[in-house]
Amino acid sequence: MQMSVSPAKLDNGIGASKEAPPTVLEAIRTFADERRSFWIVVSLLVLFVAWEIAGRIPISFAFPTFLETVSAFGELVADGSMHNAYFLTLQPLVLGVVISAAVGIGLGVAMGLSDKAEWLLAPVFIVLQAAPMAALVPLVTFVYGIGLTAKTLAVIMLALPVIVLNSYKAVRHVNPSLVDMCRSFQGSRMQQIFKIIIPDASPVLFAGLRLGIAAGFIGVMLAELLITPTGIGDLITYHRSVANYAHMYAAVASIIAVSTLTLAGLQYVEAHLLRPEKRRK
Amino acid sequence: MANSALARGDNLKFATGNDAVVQVRDIFKNYGDVEALRGINLEFERGKLTTLLGPSGCGKTTLLKIIAGLVPATSGEIRVNGRAVTGPGPERAFVFQDFALMPWATVLRNVGFGLELKGMPAAERDRTARRYIEQVGLAGFEQKYPHELSGGMRQRVGIARAFAVNADVLLLDEPFSAVDEQNRRKFQEDLLRLVELEKKTFIFVTHSIEEAVYVSDRIVLLSPRPGRVSQIIDPMIDRSASPDDIRRDAGYLDVVEEIWQGLRQYAE
Ligand SMILES: Nc1ncnc2c1ncn2[C@@H]1O[C@H](COP(=O)(O)OP(=O)(O)OP(=O)(O)O)[C@@H](O)[C@H]1O
Ligand SMILES: [Mg+2]
Repeated sequence: MQMSVSPAKLDNGIGASKEAPPTVLEAIRTFADERRSFWIVVSLLVLFVAWEIAGRIPISFAFPTFLETVSAFGELVADGSMHNAYFLTLQPLVLGVVISAAVGIGLGVAMGLSDKAEWLLAPVFIVLQAAPMAALVPLVTFVYGIGLTAKTLAVIMLALPVIVLNSYKAVRHVNPSLVDMCRSFQGSRMQQIFKIIIPDASPVLFAGLRLGIAAGFIGVMLAELLITPTGIGDLITYHRSVANYAHMYAAVASIIAVSTLTLAGLQYVEAHLLRPEKRRK
Repeated sequence: MANSALARGDNLKFATGNDAVVQVRDIFKNYGDVEALRGINLEFERGKLTTLLGPSGCGKTTLLKIIAGLVPATSGEIRVNGRAVTGPGPERAFVFQDFALMPWATVLRNVGFGLELKGMPAAERDRTARRYIEQVGLAGFEQKYPHELSGGMRQRVGIARAFAVNADVLLLDEPFSAVDEQNRRKFQEDLLRLVELEKKTFIFVTHSIEEAVYVSDRIVLLSPRPGRVSQIIDPMIDRSASPDDIRRDAGYLDVVEEIWQGLRQYAE
Protein backbone atom coordinates (compact mmCIF):
# COMPACT_ATOMS: atom_id res chain seq x y z
CA MET A 1 0.00 0.00 0.00
CA GLN A 2 2.81 2.38 0.77
CA MET A 3 4.28 1.69 -2.64
CA SER A 4 1.38 3.35 -4.28
CA VAL A 5 1.94 6.48 -2.24
CA SER A 6 5.64 6.90 -2.45
CA PRO A 7 6.12 7.00 -6.25
CA ALA A 8 3.59 9.78 -6.54
CA LYS A 9 5.28 11.71 -3.79
CA LEU A 10 8.70 11.11 -5.26
CA ASP A 11 7.55 12.43 -8.61
CA ASN A 12 6.22 15.52 -6.99
CA GLY A 13 9.39 16.06 -5.06
CA ILE A 14 11.63 15.66 -8.09
CA GLY A 15 9.41 17.75 -10.28
CA ALA A 16 9.34 20.52 -7.75
CA SER A 17 13.04 20.42 -7.10
CA LYS A 18 13.77 21.00 -10.78
CA GLU A 19 11.89 24.25 -10.88
CA ALA A 20 12.80 25.74 -7.53
CA PRO A 21 15.72 23.65 -6.36
CA PRO A 22 15.93 23.71 -2.55
CA THR A 23 12.84 25.56 -1.39
CA VAL A 24 9.86 23.27 -1.91
CA LEU A 25 11.61 20.09 -0.90
CA GLU A 26 13.07 21.81 2.09
CA ALA A 27 9.75 23.30 2.99
CA ILE A 28 8.21 19.84 2.97
CA ARG A 29 11.08 18.51 4.97
CA THR A 30 10.94 21.16 7.67
CA PHE A 31 7.20 20.76 7.76
CA ALA A 32 7.61 17.03 8.19
CA ASP A 33 10.19 17.57 10.92
CA GLU A 34 8.27 20.05 12.93
CA ARG A 35 4.59 19.40 12.49
CA ARG A 36 2.83 16.44 13.94
CA SER A 37 -0.11 17.17 11.67
CA PHE A 38 2.00 16.22 8.64
CA TRP A 39 2.41 12.70 9.97
CA ILE A 40 -1.25 12.45 10.90
CA VAL A 41 -2.16 13.37 7.33
CA VAL A 42 0.33 10.87 5.93
CA SER A 43 -0.97 8.14 8.18
CA LEU A 44 -4.58 8.81 7.20
CA LEU A 45 -3.59 8.93 3.55
CA VAL A 46 -1.95 5.53 3.80
CA LEU A 47 -5.04 4.16 5.48
CA PHE A 48 -7.42 5.55 2.87
CA VAL A 49 -5.32 4.41 -0.06
CA ALA A 50 -5.09 0.94 1.44
CA TRP A 51 -8.84 0.96 1.90
CA GLU A 52 -9.40 2.07 -1.68
CA ILE A 53 -7.15 -0.69 -3.01
CA ALA A 54 -8.74 -3.33 -0.79
CA GLY A 55 -12.16 -2.20 -2.01
CA ARG A 56 -11.09 -2.44 -5.61
CA ILE A 57 -9.57 -5.90 -5.44
CA PRO A 58 -12.23 -6.44 -3.86
CA ILE A 59 -11.53 -8.37 -0.67
CA SER A 60 -15.24 -9.00 -0.25
CA PHE A 61 -18.33 -8.16 -2.25
CA ALA A 62 -19.63 -6.41 0.86
CA PHE A 63 -16.56 -4.17 1.16
CA PRO A 64 -16.93 -0.82 -0.63
CA THR A 65 -14.03 1.32 -1.77
CA PHE A 66 -13.05 4.43 0.10
CA LEU A 67 -14.42 6.73 -2.57
CA GLU A 68 -17.77 4.94 -2.71
CA THR A 69 -18.00 5.29 1.04
CA VAL A 70 -17.24 9.00 0.87
CA SER A 71 -19.93 9.59 -1.72
CA ALA A 72 -22.41 7.50 0.29
CA PHE A 73 -21.55 9.68 3.27
CA GLY A 74 -22.31 12.73 1.14
CA GLU A 75 -25.72 11.27 0.26
CA LEU A 76 -26.56 10.49 3.85
CA VAL A 77 -25.67 14.03 4.89
CA ALA A 78 -27.61 15.51 1.99
CA ASP A 79 -30.84 13.61 2.67
CA GLY A 80 -30.64 14.45 6.37
CA SER A 81 -30.54 10.87 7.63
CA MET A 82 -27.06 11.37 9.10
CA HIS A 83 -28.25 14.36 11.14
CA ASN A 84 -31.29 12.53 12.41
CA ALA A 85 -29.24 9.51 13.37
CA TYR A 86 -26.67 11.58 15.28
CA PHE A 87 -29.42 13.54 16.96
CA LEU A 88 -30.72 10.27 18.39
CA THR A 89 -27.37 8.69 19.15
CA LEU A 90 -25.69 11.67 20.78
CA GLN A 91 -28.45 12.27 23.32
CA PRO A 92 -27.92 9.09 25.38
CA LEU A 93 -24.20 9.25 24.70
CA VAL A 94 -23.68 12.78 25.98
CA LEU A 95 -26.07 12.27 28.86
CA GLY A 96 -24.49 8.98 29.84
CA VAL A 97 -20.93 10.24 29.53
CA VAL A 98 -21.63 13.39 31.52
CA ILE A 99 -23.30 11.41 34.30
CA SER A 100 -20.54 8.80 34.29
CA ALA A 101 -17.82 11.46 34.35
CA ALA A 102 -19.37 13.40 37.23
CA VAL A 103 -20.36 10.39 39.31
CA GLY A 104 -17.31 8.35 38.33
CA ILE A 105 -14.71 10.98 39.13
CA GLY A 106 -16.55 11.86 42.34
CA LEU A 107 -16.72 8.27 43.55
CA GLY A 108 -13.22 7.41 42.35
CA VAL A 109 -11.67 10.41 44.06
CA ALA A 110 -13.62 9.64 47.25
CA MET A 111 -12.32 6.07 47.13
CA GLY A 112 -8.80 7.34 46.65
CA LEU A 113 -9.08 9.70 49.60
CA SER A 114 -10.85 7.46 52.09
CA ASP A 115 -10.18 3.84 52.94
CA LYS A 116 -13.78 3.37 54.03
CA ALA A 117 -15.12 4.52 50.68
CA GLU A 118 -12.62 2.24 48.99
CA TRP A 119 -13.65 -0.82 50.99
CA LEU A 120 -17.28 -0.05 50.33
CA LEU A 121 -17.13 0.63 46.61
CA ALA A 122 -14.05 -0.97 45.09
CA PRO A 123 -15.43 -4.54 45.01
CA VAL A 124 -18.60 -3.40 43.25
CA PHE A 125 -16.74 -1.63 40.47
CA ILE A 126 -14.10 -4.29 40.07
CA VAL A 127 -16.89 -6.82 39.49
CA LEU A 128 -18.68 -4.43 37.14
CA GLN A 129 -15.53 -3.83 35.14
CA ALA A 130 -14.81 -7.52 34.85
CA ALA A 131 -18.38 -8.39 33.86
CA PRO A 132 -19.08 -8.76 30.14
CA MET A 133 -21.40 -5.78 29.91
CA ALA A 134 -22.66 -6.65 26.46
CA ALA A 135 -24.48 -9.54 28.07
CA LEU A 136 -26.17 -7.21 30.52
CA VAL A 137 -27.29 -4.61 28.01
CA PRO A 138 -30.36 -6.64 26.91
CA LEU A 139 -31.43 -6.85 30.57
CA VAL A 140 -31.63 -3.08 30.67
CA THR A 141 -34.13 -3.14 27.83
CA PHE A 142 -36.09 -5.70 29.72
CA VAL A 143 -36.43 -3.30 32.64
CA TYR A 144 -36.49 0.12 31.01
CA GLY A 145 -37.88 -0.56 27.56
CA ILE A 146 -36.22 0.78 24.48
CA GLY A 147 -36.21 4.54 25.12
CA LEU A 148 -33.60 7.09 26.01
CA THR A 149 -33.32 5.75 29.57
CA ALA A 150 -32.26 2.31 28.44
CA LYS A 151 -29.66 3.68 26.02
CA THR A 152 -28.30 6.11 28.59
CA LEU A 153 -28.04 3.30 31.11
CA ALA A 154 -26.14 1.18 28.61
CA VAL A 155 -23.63 4.01 28.18
CA ILE A 156 -23.28 4.44 31.94
CA MET A 157 -22.85 0.71 32.53
CA LEU A 158 -19.86 0.65 30.23
CA ALA A 159 -18.32 4.01 31.03
CA LEU A 160 -18.75 4.31 34.78
CA PRO A 161 -16.61 1.43 36.10
CA VAL A 162 -13.61 2.45 33.98
CA ILE A 163 -13.86 6.06 35.10
CA VAL A 164 -14.30 5.17 38.77
CA LEU A 165 -11.39 2.73 38.88
CA ASN A 166 -9.04 5.04 37.00
CA SER A 167 -9.92 8.01 39.18
CA TYR A 168 -9.32 5.91 42.25
CA LYS A 169 -5.97 4.77 40.92
CA ALA A 170 -5.08 8.34 39.97
CA VAL A 171 -5.59 9.61 43.49
CA ARG A 172 -3.75 6.69 45.07
CA HIS A 173 -0.72 7.39 42.89
CA VAL A 174 -0.39 11.05 43.75
CA ASN A 175 3.17 11.96 44.66
CA PRO A 176 3.21 11.61 48.47
CA SER A 177 5.97 14.12 48.84
CA LEU A 178 3.77 16.81 47.25
CA VAL A 179 1.12 16.00 49.84
CA ASP A 180 3.75 16.25 52.60
CA MET A 181 4.85 19.55 51.10
CA CYS A 182 1.31 20.89 51.30
CA ARG A 183 0.96 19.69 54.88
CA SER A 184 4.30 21.20 55.85
CA PHE A 185 2.97 24.60 54.80
CA GLN A 186 -0.17 23.97 56.87
CA GLY A 187 -2.44 23.50 53.88
CA SER A 188 -5.97 22.48 54.88
CA ARG A 189 -7.42 19.19 53.71
CA MET A 190 -9.48 21.05 51.09
CA GLN A 191 -6.39 22.86 49.81
CA GLN A 192 -4.58 19.55 49.74
CA ILE A 193 -7.33 17.98 47.63
CA PHE A 194 -7.90 20.85 45.20
CA LYS A 195 -4.44 22.33 44.88
CA ILE A 196 -2.33 19.16 45.00
CA ILE A 197 -4.18 15.87 44.70
CA ILE A 198 -6.54 16.65 41.83
CA PRO A 199 -4.00 18.50 39.65
CA ASP A 200 -1.39 15.80 40.25
CA ALA A 201 -3.94 13.08 39.52
CA SER A 202 -5.34 14.83 36.46
CA PRO A 203 -3.30 12.99 33.80
CA VAL A 204 -4.58 9.63 35.02
CA LEU A 205 -8.05 11.08 35.68
CA PHE A 206 -8.16 12.17 32.07
CA ALA A 207 -6.82 8.87 30.83
CA GLY A 208 -9.72 7.24 32.68
CA LEU A 209 -12.13 9.72 31.19
CA ARG A 210 -10.85 8.94 27.69
CA LEU A 211 -11.26 5.21 28.28
CA GLY A 212 -14.69 5.86 29.77
CA ILE A 213 -15.81 7.86 26.76
CA ALA A 214 -14.54 5.19 24.40
CA ALA A 215 -16.49 2.64 26.45
CA GLY A 216 -19.52 4.94 26.29
CA PHE A 217 -19.38 4.83 22.49
CA ILE A 218 -19.31 1.05 22.69
CA GLY A 219 -22.26 1.18 25.05
CA VAL A 220 -24.43 3.32 22.82
CA MET A 221 -23.58 1.23 19.75
CA LEU A 222 -24.40 -1.98 21.60
CA ALA A 223 -27.69 -0.51 22.73
CA GLU A 224 -28.58 0.61 19.22
CA LEU A 225 -27.52 -2.62 17.57
CA LEU A 226 -28.85 -5.02 20.21
CA ILE A 227 -31.94 -3.42 21.64
CA THR A 228 -33.30 -0.25 20.14
CA PRO A 229 -32.69 0.11 16.43
CA THR A 230 -32.38 3.89 16.37
CA GLY A 231 -29.73 6.46 15.52
CA ILE A 232 -26.44 5.40 13.97
CA GLY A 233 -27.02 1.80 14.99
CA ASP A 234 -30.24 1.78 12.99
CA LEU A 235 -28.52 3.42 10.01
CA ILE A 236 -25.93 0.63 10.05
CA THR A 237 -28.49 -2.16 10.47
CA TYR A 238 -30.84 -0.77 7.88
CA HIS A 239 -28.24 -0.30 5.12
CA ARG A 240 -26.82 -3.71 5.83
CA SER A 241 -30.25 -5.29 5.44
CA VAL A 242 -30.74 -3.64 2.05
CA ALA A 243 -27.14 -4.40 1.00
CA ASN A 244 -26.17 -0.73 0.74
CA TYR A 245 -22.70 -1.52 1.96
CA ALA A 246 -21.16 1.84 1.09
CA HIS A 247 -23.80 3.57 3.22
CA MET A 248 -23.31 1.12 6.04
CA TYR A 249 -19.58 1.74 6.02
CA ALA A 250 -20.14 5.49 5.88
CA ALA A 251 -22.14 5.27 9.08
CA VAL A 252 -19.57 3.03 10.76
CA ALA A 253 -16.66 5.22 9.70
CA SER A 254 -18.45 8.36 10.80
CA ILE A 255 -19.01 7.09 14.34
CA ILE A 256 -15.35 6.07 14.53
CA ALA A 257 -14.36 9.53 13.39
CA VAL A 258 -16.65 11.21 15.92
CA SER A 259 -15.26 9.05 18.71
CA THR A 260 -11.67 9.78 17.70
CA LEU A 261 -12.25 13.51 17.42
CA THR A 262 -13.97 13.58 20.82
CA LEU A 263 -11.02 11.88 22.46
CA ALA A 264 -8.52 14.15 20.71
CA GLY A 265 -10.55 17.16 21.80
CA LEU A 266 -10.44 15.96 25.38
CA GLN A 267 -6.69 15.60 25.21
CA TYR A 268 -6.43 19.15 23.93
CA VAL A 269 -8.62 20.46 26.74
CA GLU A 270 -6.52 18.64 29.30
CA ALA A 271 -3.23 20.00 28.05
CA HIS A 272 -4.51 23.52 27.71
CA LEU A 273 -6.61 23.94 30.80
CA LEU A 274 -5.22 21.73 33.49
CA ARG A 275 -1.59 21.01 32.84
CA PRO A 276 -0.15 24.07 31.15
CA GLU A 277 3.40 22.71 31.40
CA LYS A 278 2.50 20.00 28.87
CA ARG A 279 2.03 22.60 26.16
CA ARG A 280 5.69 23.56 26.27
CA LYS A 281 6.98 20.11 25.56
CA MET B 1 43.57 29.32 60.99
CA ALA B 2 44.96 27.14 63.70
CA ASN B 3 42.26 28.55 65.94
CA SER B 4 39.70 26.12 64.63
CA ALA B 5 39.67 24.04 67.74
CA LEU B 6 37.33 21.19 68.35
CA ALA B 7 34.71 21.37 70.99
CA ARG B 8 32.99 18.17 71.74
CA GLY B 9 29.73 17.52 73.47
CA ASP B 10 30.89 14.37 75.16
CA ASN B 11 27.96 14.50 77.47
CA LEU B 12 25.14 13.88 75.03
CA LYS B 13 22.54 15.66 77.13
CA PHE B 14 24.30 18.97 76.88
CA ALA B 15 23.34 21.94 78.95
CA THR B 16 19.95 23.47 78.48
CA GLY B 17 19.30 27.10 79.21
CA ASN B 18 20.97 28.36 76.05
CA ASP B 19 18.63 29.67 73.39
CA ALA B 20 17.21 26.45 71.97
CA VAL B 21 14.59 26.92 69.27
CA VAL B 22 13.91 23.24 68.82
CA GLN B 23 14.11 20.71 71.61
CA VAL B 24 13.89 17.02 70.91
CA ARG B 25 12.98 15.02 74.01
CA ASP B 26 13.22 11.24 74.26
CA ILE B 27 12.03 10.61 70.74
CA PHE B 28 11.39 6.99 69.81
CA LYS B 29 10.06 5.93 66.45
CA ASN B 30 9.01 2.50 65.26
CA TYR B 31 7.69 1.70 61.83
CA GLY B 32 5.86 -1.52 62.63
CA ASP B 33 8.63 -3.89 63.66
CA VAL B 34 11.41 -1.60 62.48
CA GLU B 35 12.88 0.50 65.25
CA ALA B 36 14.05 3.64 63.44
CA LEU B 37 14.94 5.97 66.32
CA ARG B 38 15.72 5.24 69.95
CA GLY B 39 15.83 7.84 72.69
CA ILE B 40 16.89 10.94 70.79
CA ASN B 41 17.58 14.02 72.92
CA LEU B 42 18.82 17.11 71.14
CA GLU B 43 18.62 20.87 71.23
CA PHE B 44 19.00 23.12 68.24
CA GLU B 45 20.30 26.60 68.94
CA ARG B 46 18.78 29.67 67.41
CA GLY B 47 20.63 31.06 64.43
CA LYS B 48 22.89 28.03 64.08
CA LEU B 49 23.20 25.42 61.40
CA THR B 50 23.11 21.92 62.83
CA THR B 51 23.72 18.90 60.64
CA LEU B 52 22.40 15.39 61.13
CA LEU B 53 24.96 12.98 59.77
CA GLY B 54 24.90 9.23 59.76
CA PRO B 55 24.86 6.08 57.67
CA SER B 56 22.03 5.45 55.26
CA GLY B 57 18.87 4.22 56.92
CA CYS B 58 19.81 5.50 60.38
CA GLY B 59 16.71 7.66 60.61
CA LYS B 60 17.88 11.13 59.58
CA THR B 61 14.89 11.80 57.37
CA THR B 62 12.60 10.29 59.98
CA LEU B 63 13.95 12.59 62.69
CA LEU B 64 13.70 15.62 60.44
CA LYS B 65 10.11 14.77 59.52
CA ILE B 66 9.21 14.25 63.16
CA ILE B 67 10.60 17.70 63.94
CA ALA B 68 8.62 19.05 60.97
CA GLY B 69 5.47 17.43 62.32
CA LEU B 70 5.01 15.39 59.15
CA VAL B 71 5.54 12.05 60.85
CA PRO B 72 4.28 11.30 64.37
CA ALA B 73 6.81 9.99 66.89
CA THR B 74 6.00 6.76 68.69
CA SER B 75 6.86 8.48 71.94
CA GLY B 76 8.65 11.61 73.07
CA GLU B 77 8.14 15.28 72.53
CA ILE B 78 9.22 18.05 70.18
CA ARG B 79 9.21 21.62 71.48
CA VAL B 80 9.54 24.59 69.20
CA ASN B 81 10.09 27.93 70.87
CA GLY B 82 9.21 26.24 74.14
CA ARG B 83 5.85 24.88 72.99
CA ALA B 84 5.15 21.22 72.36
CA VAL B 85 4.10 20.60 68.76
CA THR B 86 2.22 17.73 67.17
CA GLY B 87 1.94 18.83 63.55
CA PRO B 88 3.45 21.22 61.02
CA GLY B 89 3.57 24.87 62.03
CA PRO B 90 4.35 28.26 60.54
CA GLU B 91 7.64 28.50 62.45
CA ARG B 92 9.09 25.54 60.52
CA ALA B 93 9.62 25.09 56.78
CA PHE B 94 10.81 21.96 55.02
CA VAL B 95 13.07 21.54 51.99
CA PHE B 96 12.48 18.16 50.40
CA GLN B 97 15.14 15.82 49.12
CA ASP B 98 13.12 15.23 45.94
CA PHE B 99 12.24 18.96 45.67
CA ALA B 100 8.46 18.38 45.87
CA LEU B 101 7.71 21.00 43.24
CA MET B 102 4.34 21.09 41.54
CA PRO B 103 5.08 20.22 37.89
CA TRP B 104 2.01 22.11 36.69
CA ALA B 105 3.01 25.38 38.35
CA THR B 106 5.59 27.96 37.34
CA VAL B 107 8.61 28.78 39.45
CA LEU B 108 6.79 31.88 40.66
CA ARG B 109 3.75 29.95 41.84
CA ASN B 110 5.85 27.19 43.37
CA VAL B 111 7.90 29.65 45.38
CA GLY B 112 4.77 31.51 46.50
CA PHE B 113 2.84 28.34 47.29
CA GLY B 114 3.36 28.46 51.05
CA LEU B 115 1.99 32.01 51.02
CA GLU B 116 -0.85 31.02 48.70
CA LEU B 117 -1.94 28.37 51.20
CA LYS B 118 -1.97 31.00 53.92
CA GLY B 119 -4.30 33.13 51.80
CA MET B 120 -1.92 35.99 51.08
CA PRO B 121 -3.23 38.24 48.26
CA ALA B 122 -1.67 37.48 44.88
CA ALA B 123 0.16 40.77 44.39
CA GLU B 124 1.90 40.64 47.72
CA ARG B 125 2.63 36.94 47.35
CA ASP B 126 4.24 37.45 43.95
CA ARG B 127 6.34 40.31 45.25
CA THR B 128 7.68 38.19 48.09
CA ALA B 129 8.22 35.21 45.82
CA ARG B 130 10.15 37.32 43.31
CA ARG B 131 12.42 38.60 46.06
CA TYR B 132 13.37 35.08 47.14
CA ILE B 133 13.68 33.85 43.57
CA GLU B 134 16.25 36.56 43.08
CA GLN B 135 17.98 35.71 46.33
CA VAL B 136 18.57 32.10 45.27
CA GLY B 137 19.84 33.28 41.89
CA LEU B 138 16.88 32.32 39.71
CA ALA B 139 15.82 35.78 38.54
CA GLY B 140 14.50 35.51 34.99
CA PHE B 141 13.14 31.99 35.52
CA GLU B 142 9.88 33.04 37.20
CA GLN B 143 7.67 31.80 34.37
CA LYS B 144 9.50 28.52 33.76
CA TYR B 145 8.09 25.16 34.76
CA PRO B 146 10.10 22.74 36.92
CA HIS B 147 10.83 20.34 34.05
CA GLU B 148 12.59 23.19 32.26
CA LEU B 149 15.10 23.55 35.11
CA SER B 150 18.17 21.54 36.08
CA GLY B 151 18.17 19.53 39.32
CA GLY B 152 20.19 22.21 41.05
CA MET B 153 17.83 24.96 39.96
CA ARG B 154 14.83 22.96 41.10
CA GLN B 155 16.29 22.64 44.54
CA ARG B 156 16.81 26.40 44.63
CA VAL B 157 13.10 26.74 43.98
CA GLY B 158 12.44 24.45 46.95
CA ILE B 159 14.76 26.52 49.11
CA ALA B 160 13.21 29.80 47.98
CA ARG B 161 9.74 28.44 48.79
CA ALA B 162 10.86 27.53 52.29
CA PHE B 163 12.44 30.96 52.81
CA ALA B 164 9.39 32.79 51.47
CA VAL B 165 7.17 31.78 54.40
CA ASN B 166 9.64 33.37 56.80
CA ALA B 167 9.83 30.48 59.24
CA ASP B 168 12.30 30.54 62.15
CA VAL B 169 13.52 27.04 61.49
CA LEU B 170 14.46 25.57 58.13
CA LEU B 171 14.61 21.81 57.81
CA LEU B 172 16.64 20.64 54.83
CA ASP B 173 16.73 16.98 53.84
CA GLU B 174 19.81 16.33 51.71
CA PRO B 175 19.06 19.35 49.57
CA PHE B 176 22.16 19.00 47.45
CA SER B 177 22.19 15.28 46.84
CA ALA B 178 20.91 15.70 43.28
CA VAL B 179 23.61 18.18 42.29
CA ASP B 180 27.03 17.54 40.84
CA GLU B 181 30.19 18.28 42.79
CA GLN B 182 31.00 21.72 41.32
CA ASN B 183 27.50 22.98 41.81
CA ARG B 184 27.37 21.43 45.22
CA ARG B 185 30.26 23.58 46.39
CA LYS B 186 28.64 26.65 44.96
CA PHE B 187 25.41 25.72 46.75
CA GLN B 188 27.20 25.23 50.03
CA GLU B 189 28.64 28.72 49.75
CA ASP B 190 25.24 30.11 48.78
CA LEU B 191 23.72 28.34 51.75
CA LEU B 192 26.27 29.87 54.11
CA ARG B 193 25.49 33.26 52.63
CA LEU B 194 21.78 32.71 53.22
CA VAL B 195 22.42 31.54 56.79
CA GLU B 196 24.33 34.76 57.35
CA LEU B 197 21.68 36.88 55.67
CA GLU B 198 18.53 35.34 57.08
CA LYS B 199 19.55 34.70 60.66
CA LYS B 200 17.49 31.56 60.85
CA THR B 201 17.99 28.21 62.44
CA PHE B 202 18.93 25.46 60.03
CA ILE B 203 18.66 21.74 60.55
CA PHE B 204 20.39 20.04 57.69
CA VAL B 205 20.67 16.41 56.70
CA THR B 206 23.53 15.23 54.56
CA HIS B 207 25.50 12.14 53.66
CA SER B 208 28.67 14.06 52.98
CA ILE B 209 31.14 14.51 55.81
CA GLU B 210 32.96 17.33 54.00
CA GLU B 211 29.74 19.14 53.38
CA ALA B 212 28.72 18.75 57.02
CA VAL B 213 32.01 20.09 58.33
CA TYR B 214 32.07 22.91 55.83
CA VAL B 215 28.63 24.31 56.52
CA SER B 216 27.80 23.34 60.10
CA ASP B 217 28.06 25.02 63.44
CA ARG B 218 27.30 21.68 65.02
CA ILE B 219 27.24 18.13 63.71
CA VAL B 220 25.13 15.40 65.27
CA LEU B 221 26.38 11.94 64.40
CA LEU B 222 23.71 9.27 64.46
CA SER B 223 24.42 5.57 64.88
CA PRO B 224 22.97 2.98 62.51
CA ARG B 225 19.49 1.67 63.08
CA PRO B 226 18.04 2.13 65.57
CA GLY B 227 19.23 5.72 65.28
CA ARG B 228 20.78 7.14 68.44
CA VAL B 229 22.94 10.19 68.99
CA SER B 230 26.45 8.86 69.00
CA GLN B 231 28.53 12.03 69.00
CA ILE B 232 28.16 15.79 68.81
CA ILE B 233 30.88 17.83 67.20
CA ASP B 234 31.24 21.59 66.89
CA PRO B 235 33.64 22.12 63.98
CA MET B 236 34.40 25.80 64.80
CA ILE B 237 35.51 26.60 61.29
CA ASP B 238 36.64 30.16 60.70
CA ARG B 239 34.41 31.09 57.79
CA SER B 240 36.00 34.44 57.12
CA ALA B 241 38.66 32.64 55.09
CA SER B 242 38.09 31.88 51.42
CA PRO B 243 36.32 28.61 50.63
CA ASP B 244 39.43 27.06 49.16
CA ASP B 245 41.52 27.98 52.18
CA ILE B 246 38.94 26.49 54.48
CA ARG B 247 39.02 23.21 52.58
CA ARG B 248 42.81 23.09 52.99
CA ASP B 249 42.80 24.13 56.62
CA ALA B 250 44.26 21.62 59.05
CA GLY B 251 41.46 22.14 61.55
CA TYR B 252 38.87 21.42 58.88
CA LEU B 253 40.68 18.31 57.77
CA ASP B 254 41.04 17.12 61.36
CA VAL B 255 37.32 17.32 61.93
CA VAL B 256 36.62 15.48 58.69
CA GLU B 257 39.06 12.79 59.75
CA GLU B 258 37.58 12.53 63.22
CA ILE B 259 34.07 12.08 61.89
CA TRP B 260 35.31 9.57 59.40
CA GLN B 261 36.89 7.56 62.21
CA GLY B 262 33.64 7.82 64.14
CA LEU B 263 31.60 6.52 61.23
CA ARG B 264 34.07 3.89 60.16
CA GLN B 265 33.25 1.62 63.04
CA TYR B 266 29.79 1.29 61.51
CA ALA B 267 31.01 0.70 58.01
CA GLU B 268 32.97 -2.36 59.08
N1 LIG C 1 7.29 5.02 55.88
C1 LIG C 1 8.09 4.04 56.36
N2 LIG C 1 7.61 2.82 56.63
C2 LIG C 1 8.40 1.84 57.13
N3 LIG C 1 9.71 1.98 57.37
C3 LIG C 1 10.26 3.17 57.12
C4 LIG C 1 9.49 4.28 56.60
N4 LIG C 1 10.30 5.34 56.45
C5 LIG C 1 11.51 4.93 56.87
N5 LIG C 1 11.50 3.64 57.27
C6 LIG C 1 12.64 2.87 57.80
O1 LIG C 1 13.20 3.61 58.86
C7 LIG C 1 14.60 3.63 58.78
C8 LIG C 1 15.10 5.06 58.74
O2 LIG C 1 14.71 5.66 57.52
P1 LIG C 1 15.12 7.11 57.09
O3 LIG C 1 14.53 7.38 55.77
O4 LIG C 1 14.77 8.04 58.19
O5 LIG C 1 16.70 6.96 56.98
P2 LIG C 1 17.76 8.03 56.48
O6 LIG C 1 18.77 8.15 57.54
O7 LIG C 1 17.10 9.27 56.03
O8 LIG C 1 18.39 7.25 55.26
P3 LIG C 1 19.03 7.85 53.93
O9 LIG C 1 20.33 8.42 54.31
O10 LIG C 1 19.19 6.65 53.05
O11 LIG C 1 18.07 8.87 53.38
C9 LIG C 1 14.98 2.84 57.56
O12 LIG C 1 15.38 1.57 57.97
C10 LIG C 1 13.71 2.74 56.75
O13 LIG C 1 13.65 1.50 56.12
MG1 LIG D 1 16.87 10.25 54.10
